Amino acid sequence: MPTLTRSDLMEAVYSEVGLSRKQSSEMVEQFLEEVVTTLEKGSAVKLSAFGNFSVRSKNERIGRNPKTGEEVPITPRKVLVFKASHVLKDRVNNG
Amino acid sequence: MTKSELITKLTTQNPSLSAQDVENVVNTILEEITSTLVDGGRVELRGFGAFSVREREARTARNPRTGEQVQVDAKRVPFFKMGKELKERING
Repeated sequence: MPTLTRSDLMEAVYSEVGLSRKQSSEMVEQFLEEVVTTLEKGSAVKLSAFGNFSVRSKNERIGRNPKTGEEVPITPRKVLVFKASHVLKDRVNNG
Repeated sequence: MTKSELITKLTTQNPSLSAQDVENVVNTILEEITSTLVDGGRVELRGFGAFSVREREARTARNPRTGEQVQVDAKRVPFFKMGKELKERING
């Protein structure tokens, strides 16, 4: 099973929507960029029938280097959470 | 931001395209990702992240309200791992 990449998305937009290849590629980029920019601002992106992306803040906590056992602080950080919609979950399970 | 807000934004950025074209673009992208995951495949978008499907084994769970045991079947769940660049931008 080959991995889907940007160029596959571009080809799909090209054949489904009928834009030029150049325009299709730009639209794929703009789509991803818009999602990232929104998340960067700390806002969630909700794509119905697909899923929601949101940003969660993590507090500082004490971690441990598993090799040396040494305690190291893990700095506060933000992580991205993707919650798949029911439609996506059901389709992944039932083909 | 919802899907329709995203479509509006992209339509503003691309005056040569109709809102219908942009809606088709967004739906095509999401449908391609979805159907790849349905087939058990993987989607890798550099700078953004990767979608894949993870297998969950069958397990015996418990209804937290009644304490009753329930059998949960094995299932597949969609999974997203954010890319390095996205991680850096979110923490920037």
